[in-house]
Amino acid sequence: MLSDHLPPFLAVVPLLGALLAPLLGAVRPRLVHPLAVAAGAATAGLSLLALREVLARGVIRYHLGGWAPPWGIELVLDPLSAFTAVAVSGVGALALLYAGPAAAGREGREAPFFGLALLLLAGLMGMIVAGDLFNLFVFLEVASIAGYALVATGGGRALVAAFRYLILGTVGASLYLLGVGHLYLMTGSLNMADLAQRVPELASPRVLAVAVGFVVIGLGIKMGLFPLHGWLPDAYTHAPPAVAALIAPITTKAAAYALARILFSVLGGAEGLGRAPLLTVLAWAGGVAIVAGGVMAIRQTDLRRLLAYSSVSQMGYIALGIGLANPAALAGAFLHILNHAMMKGCLFFAAGAAAARLGGPALTDLRGMHRRMPWTTACVVVAALSMIGVPPAGGFFSKWYLLVGAVQGGQPVLAGVILAGGLLAVVYMFRVLEHACLVPRDEDEHAGSDPALERREAPPGMLVPLLALGVGILAVGIWNAPIVSGVLGFTAR
Amino acid sequence: MAGDTVAAWSPALALVPAGVAAALIRLSSRAPALRETWSLLASGLQAAVVLSMIPGAAAGVVLETILVELAPGVPLVLRADALGCVFAALSSGLWVLTTVYSIGYVRGLHEHAQTRYFFCFALSLFAAVGVAFAGNLLTFFLFYEILTVSTYPLVIHKETPAAVQAGRMYLAYTLTAGVALLGAVAWTQALAGTVEFRPGGILGPLPSGTLWPLLGLLVLGVGVKAALMPLHSWLPVAMIAPTPVSALLHAVAVVKAGVFGVVRIVGYVVGPDLLASAGAWSAVAWLAAGTILAGSLLALAQDNLKRLLAFSTVSQLSYVVLGVALGTPSGAVGGIQHIVNHGVMKITLFFCAGAIYVATGKERVSQLAGIGRRMPVTMGAFAVAALGLAGVPPAAGFLSKWYLIRGALEGGQWPFVLVLLASALLNLAYFVPIIVSAFFRPPDEAGEGIAEAPATLVVPLALTAAASVLLGVAPDLPVAFFSLASRAAGEILGGVVR
Repeated sequence: MLSDHLPPFLAVVPLLGALLAPLLGAVRPRLVHPLAVAAGAATAGLSLLALREVLARGVIRYHLGGWAPPWGIELVLDPLSAFTAVAVSGVGALALLYAGPAAAGREGREAPFFGLALLLLAGLMGMIVAGDLFNLFVFLEVASIAGYALVATGGGRALVAAFRYLILGTVGASLYLLGVGHLYLMTGSLNMADLAQRVPELASPRVLAVAVGFVVIGLGIKMGLFPLHGWLPDAYTHAPPAVAALIAPITTKAAAYALARILFSVLGGAEGLGRAPLLTVLAWAGGVAIVAGGVMAIRQTDLRRLLAYSSVSQMGYIALGIGLANPAALAGAFLHILNHAMMKGCLFFAAGAAAARLGGPALTDLRGMHRRMPWTTACVVVAALSMIGVPPAGGFFSKWYLLVGAVQGGQPVLAGVILAGGLLAVVYMFRVLEHACLVPRDEDEHAGSDPALERREAPPGMLVPLLALGVGILAVGIWNAPIVSGVLGFTAR
Repeated sequence: MAGDTVAAWSPALALVPAGVAAALIRLSSRAPALRETWSLLASGLQAAVVLSMIPGAAAGVVLETILVELAPGVPLVLRADALGCVFAALSSGLWVLTTVYSIGYVRGLHEHAQTRYFFCFALSLFAAVGVAFAGNLLTFFLFYEILTVSTYPLVIHKETPAAVQAGRMYLAYTLTAGVALLGAVAWTQALAGTVEFRPGGILGPLPSGTLWPLLGLLVLGVGVKAALMPLHSWLPVAMIAPTPVSALLHAVAVVKAGVFGVVRIVGYVVGPDLLASAGAWSAVAWLAAGTILAGSLLALAQDNLKRLLAFSTVSQLSYVVLGVALGTPSGAVGGIQHIVNHGVMKITLFFCAGAIYVATGKERVSQLAGIGRRMPVTMGAFAVAALGLAGVPPAAGFLSKWYLIRGALEGGQWPFVLVLLASALLNLAYFVPIIVSAFFRPPDEAGEGIAEAPATLVVPLALTAAASVLLGVAPDLPVAFFSLASRAAGEILGGVVR
């Protein structure tokens, strides 16, 4: 029963929450956070259910209002979209839980904040289940506009960052729409499955190339692919901690998913694109992003900015995997969607907690962190090892599949880039760890070795989601094989 | 030839004590006595589990545990074969003594952050046994990286700027090597279709132009931990760590994991046939020979005792590499034997250096005049082990060298005989003056009131010195190390060695 209606529910549940939040906020502002957490948890639970159903029964296609495609709106859940939905809604739900204490002290602002946050989640879930290109655009805009507004709630410099995000995001969305318009003019269809059959019959490959180029660049901006990442560092740095913790892990992932979906389900992947060098260009762009993002991350002195550039680097891995387009590399790219969502979520959660407890977001403010916030620091260490690619943390395994994919694809240079990206991560993450664990705080030196150094661990509402991600990173690493072979369809030869 | 493979839980069980102890140590941070109890208990249990597998392994029965799948088609597999048992038994045996010694050392010097210290120590041993029993390259890599990460906090234990700097260097070297190794693993997977360790290697004939780059990545990958020149620079710098950590680095886990990795990869991944066909044997052998001589020469120039020992390690490790690279049965036996012999003798020397430091605060060779009269047990053990390293009976060094020289002669590679003899002389040249001045030069005036270090330090070093003699007199007695080494050499080279 329920399982037949899963695809719309994934987007409707958070959307309903987004509508209820302002209403409830007018009566009982204190209940808004529990509502948001409940909506997020329900979305995550439904996503897991959807994944189970899809694995058991095969692809679920849902026709809204009973109108058959290509005329009606179609929502599709297959293993890839269900998997991405689990990753996005799972980390999103934890971010909503985390946002409670992080947004504390902003009385009366809960309702708009959580309303927007749920709207963002609804948009992302909609992007993931959308079965046609136009609905994908609509949900992309829903998520983006909620995102611009959320960043702007920071006030001050966040306003400028939000404006920049707005401008570049709109350029991206417009390019995407332009590309979709071209495709529609050529084929008369917007439905992905329908398009997949019509595209190979097109007479003019040149127009198709233009259309695809617009789509790829538009989504490239949304996923923060170097050099289209201009909006990303400021938005992540100046957004309020609760917002950064929500936006940074999941928004770029949904865009990356959409890119992969269009390239493979609509355009037919490596076979469909034929001799067009699009995938190769994407793979190399990913390689450049890995190096450029890593190098820029090394030079940062603000933790949130460092993490933002690290995201640029890590999104490069995902683009690289999509571009390599062989089973191993794609498995790596999708596994990295999950892994990076978890480790970046973990680090932004920790950054927010550290800023609240230790006084600021600069790397130097982290000094003495391991004594004051041991559990938070432990989670940072796990996430850092995952970022570097040390097994058994999850990040290692996505890199392993990407590496195997690069070697199988006959791309030794890109394999080298994947490896070198790990070394760059060593440098920037160990800068964080040295400050957090090794360099003492000035007041500690004056106070002597161990007097009443007060424990200032993050409040439980922040610590629980943080620990959940820390444990999750290790669990996904250790049990990655069932995910990769069972869900992502990559099996041993 | 590879013996019977039997599914069993014992190889995985060997990892449990250290893993559980690490968690328990972390949880009992407020109770030093409890923390130390966990360490002792875990080391004893680990040694017991490993020792229980040795008779079987020496007889050719290989126990194997397959845990989760690491990646589709690549399981996390632990396999207690002869070669793995050599390293595992060495590590866990020495861990017991190192734990006792550590307790005395950190108490004697009132070290800070003792919870972190014992936690990381347990984790390192967990990783070392994992490296020993890893049944494929990916499992090997997994534990190899855990070893790197868990030893880093020990290297920077003092948290001084110099220690942090040394830690950075340590990480830069070992993680770069890890990256090279990872690349080689992925490449091997693509070329061979498997990453399993099999006696005689898994790489068949390779496309032209791939052997040397692949070999280069592999050598870089394991050569850093094995301190092959020119990849050795981190080792002397890491001497800033507390002495039991140096013992861990030099004898118990880290560099031993490196040379063990060389043997594993040469014998079970690349395979002797492929190496022989490309003439790569002699390249590796000459790299090792160069390291042997250069390490010894650099040791001659050191005044800091621990740095001297570090360069001596650089030199001695390459005996292992050379032994395997000779490509003859006796050479391989000698090389594998030397993993154990060097471990036991070098840990004795580090224990002695640490005991001297705790008792007197002295770290330099030039300060040790007359110290043998005040600390006779410590310096006696030092003399036995140092002379043993140079190849003087009865300590075990002469035995492995004997086999190495035999191996070189079997292959008609007489230049390496000269290298081995020259290195023995150099060893004497830097160790004998220390011993002579400690026992026969008059002590300086400030030396009044110096006595032996506490029993927790002296007993372990006396025991390891005794063990190094026992290994020389009866190499199969405490543990069947010689049988294991012969079997492993036989597996690698395809023949039974006596």
